Amino acid sequence: MEVAEKKNKNKRYKPILDGIPDWPVYQLSKNRQEFIEEVAQKAFDEIKKKRPTTKHIIDELEATVYREQQRMKRNRWRVDAADEPRFWANVKEELVALASFSPEECQAKADELIYRIVLRYANEIAGNFKANSYRLTREIVKFWFARLLNGARVKKFGAFFRTRYTLRDKIQIVGKVKQLRKLATEGTVVMVPTHSSNLDSILIGWIIHSLGLPAFIYGAGLNLFNIKIFAYFMNSLGAFKVDRRKKNVPYLETLKFYSMLAVQKGAHSIFFPGGTRSRSGMIEKNLKLGLLSSTIEAQRNLYLDTPPGEEVRKIFIVPVTLNYHFVLEAPDLIDEYLTSKGADRYLPEQDKYGSWQLLQFLFKFFTKGSNISVSIGPGLDVMGNYVDDAGRSIDAQGRIINTRDYFISNGEITVDKQREDEYTRMLSHKIVAEYHRINRIFASHLVAFVAFEIWQKKHPKLDLFGLLRLPEEGQVILYEDFRAAFKRVRKQVYVLREQGKVYHATHLKGNIDLVIRHGLDNVGIFHLKRPLLMNKEGNIVTKDFNTLYYYHNRLVGYDLEKFV
Amino acid sequence: MTSKSLSDTSKPIGVIGAGNFGSVVANMLAQHRRVLLYARDESVIQRILQTKENRGHPMHKNILPTNDLASLARQCDVIFPIVPSQHFRSMMKQLSIHLHPYHILIHGTKGFDVRLPEGKTIDTMPTLDRSVVKTISEVIQEESVAVRVGCLAGPNLSRELAEGHPAATVVASHFNEVINVGQRLLRSDNFQVYGNKDLVGVELAGVLKNIIAIAAGALSGMGYGENAKGLLVSRGMVEMVYLGRALGGNTKAFLGIAGIGDLVTTCNSALSRNFTVGYKLARGESLKEILAKTDEVAEGINTVKIAKKCADHYKVRAPITATLYQVLFEDMTVKKALEYLMRYPLNVDIDFLVE
Repeated sequence: MEVAEKKNKNKRYKPILDGIPDWPVYQLSKNRQEFIEEVAQKAFDEIKKKRPTTKHIIDELEATVYREQQRMKRNRWRVDAADEPRFWANVKEELVALASFSPEECQAKADELIYRIVLRYANEIAGNFKANSYRLTREIVKFWFARLLNGARVKKFGAFFRTRYTLRDKIQIVGKVKQLRKLATEGTVVMVPTHSSNLDSILIGWIIHSLGLPAFIYGAGLNLFNIKIFAYFMNSLGAFKVDRRKKNVPYLETLKFYSMLAVQKGAHSIFFPGGTRSRSGMIEKNLKLGLLSSTIEAQRNLYLDTPPGEEVRKIFIVPVTLNYHFVLEAPDLIDEYLTSKGADRYLPEQDKYGSWQLLQFLFKFFTKGSNISVSIGPGLDVMGNYVDDAGRSIDAQGRIINTRDYFISNGEITVDKQREDEYTRMLSHKIVAEYHRINRIFASHLVAFVAFEIWQKKHPKLDLFGLLRLPEEGQVILYEDFRAAFKRVRKQVYVLREQGKVYHATHLKGNIDLVIRHGLDNVGIFHLKRPLLMNKEGNIVTKDFNTLYYYHNRLVGYDLEKFV
Repeated sequence: MTSKSLSDTSKPIGVIGAGNFGSVVANMLAQHRRVLLYARDESVIQRILQTKENRGHPMHKNILPTNDLASLARQCDVIFPIVPSQHFRSMMKQLSIHLHPYHILIHGTKGFDVRLPEGKTIDTMPTLDRSVVKTISEVIQEESVAVRVGCLAGPNLSRELAEGHPAATVVASHFNEVINVGQRLLRSDNFQVYGNKDLVGVELAGVLKNIIAIAAGALSGMGYGENAKGLLVSRGMVEMVYLGRALGGNTKAFLGIAGIGDLVTTCNSALSRNFTVGYKLARGESLKEILAKTDEVAEGINTVKIAKKCADHYKVRAPITATLYQVLFEDMTVKKALEYLMRYPLNVDIDFLVE
């Protein structure tokens, strides 16, 4: 396992802003009530624009109340507010009473109800960043992580209090770190990472701190707040809550304006554009356009609202890929993926992992050799153009572009929804392309990919499901065959690397047998049923086709199949 | 959409390329607005200035010829580039330094762009795929910062348009803004403008129909009548759909003005250059002789070559394209080609629509 992972050059970064009071997220939380009211007002205006007549509004209210009551009946969570049933019962009562009102009164009353609802939602969504709590969390995390690392690794009495190892040895941050730090001072950064595990949120929080960046605001799935330990982390990181059970128009509008206005006010933020953890293990291909479009809208508003002559704060999109040898939830994720494939069924968000499982995982993670890698991509403007370190947009020929020009028709900035929808689509394509380009291939990904493809080739008549249903016993790949295929694919990975189409971990280089060993030792390392193992004869076997397929999927999309 | 009406502003419209179609489009635009018409040759500019005529078309008084791309891009927000596909990329390289993201480009070129690695030519490549074969709108976006891009396609025979016969065109773009601008600038009493959101599909339809146009010319040159043409148009349509799908368009675009509309027109018209090439081939002239006699570009010849190699790469059944390729480049006679096609085992009439 001691395969050359290049000595980690990660160093400690100085904070780019001195005190927490300078942080945009702090400013936001200081004026929390004001901000929430602004969000509610904007969401309210938008709903009124979309539902112009009294009848439309009332229909919307009825649908919302109905859905909320259904949700409370069927799918109530620990984090849900206790006064919820009463609130909605009241709304319903008043809604029914509207029938006896005159049309004018009716309109006024309906408006008031909508406003009451969006205000409640805005309060529900809003994060609660507290500087003290942030500092405390940060220290706790740092302290205990250091204890775990040192205590577990150095088997000597007293090692527990050493500080030889830090998280930086465990988590490799590569890519455009310097640029990211620079951009965070030049404008507003919107970080868009790939999403495969619930751990991602904590990881990103740590990375941001470790890079010396101020806290980012972050839309976290409300389901995460069910897990207490997560809830604590999230709250202190400035997370706002996204409830995916609520699909009604008032909620979605409120959510959209919350993140958009925060960005517009200069709060750096993070969101996972895949929307949810990648079920298949693949790098995200279809992104949620809603949140992306709100960054474009925020940028346009900044151009529109800033008086001429003043400098406009630019928004930068920074794609990030996270790579693990092991994803805690992999077996369940791939199950969900496979059951849903072919039929677009609704996937209930469910988490089988409580605080205890998480701590267990963290302990294993720190005590055993499983590294995590984080690739920071180059900054983009909201149109997907690369930017230089000063934040200027650059075209393919290296010339400077004025991002403002994208919003101009006939010499003036105009609001054109359809145009911006199209821009959003273009941006999402660009982010997906960047994900693939900055992705960092691990030996564990590669062994999983090669093994699965070999099995697929061995059974040309079986479709995916047929293959996955094969009994795992008796499925063996001779080491020599595996080695030869692995070598070909690794060579192609080098070619892709040369062409700038992907990166790979340094441990991928060197003696091929050691690299394969490293991959086998690490792929899905903590699963009860290991996706890949070497048997006594030295050949390759699997204990679980499903998770093997999951880890294999990380390398789909590079046309590596034909080299197996 | 933009609230300001276009005619309020005095910005002229740019047209790049003073060929046959470029001149006609410039004339149509000049009915509403001032037009800057770019031509590479100084002699063409002088001719237009002095005689008010170009390629047999009298030029509208609102048209000002120029050979200054920089000033054209500076003065015009909306530009119609209409130059042959072989020169399109190099023109874009010159133009792109002057372009900004607010520019709207609507092109009228019906051909592919092929960019190969150094030292390779189309003839030395056994097959071609979409990584090297680009539509013109893709070239515009690769070479410049312009994103609001569209194309003009449809049955637009230059001579008929110039004479003001009733006709229609389609403006295709992902952007409503571009479609609206195109409609507002081009629509007139005898010219209808439709919109389509499938940009690549419409471009492909416009390009691929040139293949069938050459075949139609060949049939006509052989002296065959309307039954044969009916057969060709319908089977040609199927082939276009399959090729188009393989190259990234969807079926619908082929059923519209740019597809069936343009196909019927070009297959019936001796005015079309592509048709003329096919006609002369059938009359026994070789490709070399035909090319020697004309100074205008028949885009279809190159298209046959590219489409055939794409069909090979994507394993698409394209019998008309493949045999036409042999006629053009491998000295098969038109008569032989027809015999081959008539024996071709076709089975189903329509199999590209999902019930």
